[in-house]
Amino acid sequence: METSASHIQPGAVPPVPLPVPGGRSVRTGPLKLPAIVLLLLWSVVPLAMTLWFSFQHYNLLNPGEERWVGFENYRFLVTDPGLGAAIGNTLLIVGSVLVITVCFGTLLAVLFDQDLFGRGVARVLMIAPFFVMPTVSALIWKNMLMHPANGVISFLLTSVGLEPIDWFSQAPLASIIIIVAWQWLPFAALILLTAIQALDPERKEAARMDGAGPFSMFFFIIIPHLARAISVVVMIETLFLLAVFAEIFVTTAGGPGLASTNLAFLIYRYALLEYDVGAASAGGVLAIVLANVVAAFLVRAIAKNIEA
Amino acid sequence: MNKALRRKIIVTAAAWAVALVIFFPILWMFFTGFKTEVDAVAVPPHIFFHPTVENYVAVQERADYLKFFWNSIVVSVGSTLLALAIAVPCAYAMAFFPTKRTKDTLVWMLSTKALPAVGVLVPIYLIFRDLGLLDTRTGLLIVYTLVNLPIVCWMLFSFFKEVPREVLEAGRMDGAQPRDELYHLLLPLSLPGIASTSLLAIILSWNEAFWSLNLTAANAAPLTAFIASFSSPEGLFWAKLSAASTMAIAPILIFGWMSQRQLVRGLTFGAVK
Repeated sequence: METSASHIQPGAVPPVPLPVPGGRSVRTGPLKLPAIVLLLLWSVVPLAMTLWFSFQHYNLLNPGEERWVGFENYRFLVTDPGLGAAIGNTLLIVGSVLVITVCFGTLLAVLFDQDLFGRGVARVLMIAPFFVMPTVSALIWKNMLMHPANGVISFLLTSVGLEPIDWFSQAPLASIIIIVAWQWLPFAALILLTAIQALDPERKEAARMDGAGPFSMFFFIIIPHLARAISVVVMIETLFLLAVFAEIFVTTAGGPGLASTNLAFLIYRYALLEYDVGAASAGGVLAIVLANVVAAFLVRAIAKNIEA
Repeated sequence: MNKALRRKIIVTAAAWAVALVIFFPILWMFFTGFKTEVDAVAVPPHIFFHPTVENYVAVQERADYLKFFWNSIVVSVGSTLLALAIAVPCAYAMAFFPTKRTKDTLVWMLSTKALPAVGVLVPIYLIFRDLGLLDTRTGLLIVYTLVNLPIVCWMLFSFFKEVPREVLEAGRMDGAQPRDELYHLLLPLSLPGIASTSLLAIILSWNEAFWSLNLTAANAAPLTAFIASFSSPEGLFWAKLSAASTMAIAPILIFGWMSQRQLVRGLTFGAVK
């Protein structure tokens, strides 16, 4: 089925060079099969199991009591006050981090596109947080920067005469948003910077000749040029931000109460703290649906770009 | 001073100020790792202090740091090599023998990345429990291979596309078989691309912190999970946390800096080059 030259119509331009000498055509199926089969298994089997478990009464603490319960788990899920809070927090994290990273990322990209001394080194420092593992970022911020008594931020606040903030009790969600935004700002900046550098210098020059100032240059040349890159950043970040987990796990553990529980953490709590496989799976189905809505847009945006 | 130079100096100052503010938490962590625990929690913060390496020694002696470091290396490098082995033939076939369905296959591969890990946490956890893969490096290595496979396929595909066809055709004229073509022409020619693909896959696995936290414990925990164990005794071990963290992020920070540009391409699936 995956032979190369066998289905070329006479007169058509062959999409591939002639087969190997000797007239043998190349069978590429076996080359592709391992990757495709593995990915298929990885994406279909767990998905089907999640779907199946979501209709089961299944608690790991009471093995042997599994039975079909229809939509019982979904009913439990929508009546759990945790769900509303978790969805709200998930959307707040995604929304706030997107706004922060895209706005500041664009400004950073424009700034680092300028001619400046030591640009390479400054840029390397700027993108560093993206390479820091999430558990490290979260613990460094929680302890050394945001600690109410000994943290650097408290020290800065008190030295200008302000009250120190007990970040993780007074503003747990905001604290998490700050940490996550710090990790993803370099990502946005790096991608937008790469996109800006692909902007044809002649277009900038032409705009300058026409008398465009820095502001009209920014809004009428750079922003429209970045539109596609920004949409890619938004969609990729959204996929990752919907799934923020480690940062919550090591700082607030979802609390106080439900104040910083997002959907990923709620499902983790059902599954590995309450051992309720059914409820966790129903939550998992919800998370999958949510992510796929975003992905549908992402796939469409990127598919345009393939030259296959 | 002319206007252009003055402008350049202002822009330089602004960019460096922003870069240093963003980098500050990492810098602060680096310094704290060389402080004593008393210095580490001092208020006001000690900017000048007697550097010590006792934290680095303590982290190794008390927590067996190298074991977790080794786990990270095995899992991230192992999963990358395995993903390359699976993806190279696939990308080669798709790049040089495209069919009507090649584009659909690529798009489908990308779409599997949209499956949120937490959505399949329960089945993977149960499968791992039943197969005895919980808290094993093999288990985590398999998960990371599968998680990164789509990105690796994509990146290799896009790098293979850039290899001039004429070179391969010339090889074929000289009687090269597909296998020779792959090993002796394509792989050497696209070595830089393969290297940056590997770097990206290693970085992603090294920093992965959902599966590592949920599927490993004392035995197979990589550094992401090991560092998380510092979250409980709050405020007591900042210097040791910093020392452990510095060692945990240093290799990947260097890899990341080396491959910035290719990272953009990989992370956006080629949408931004």
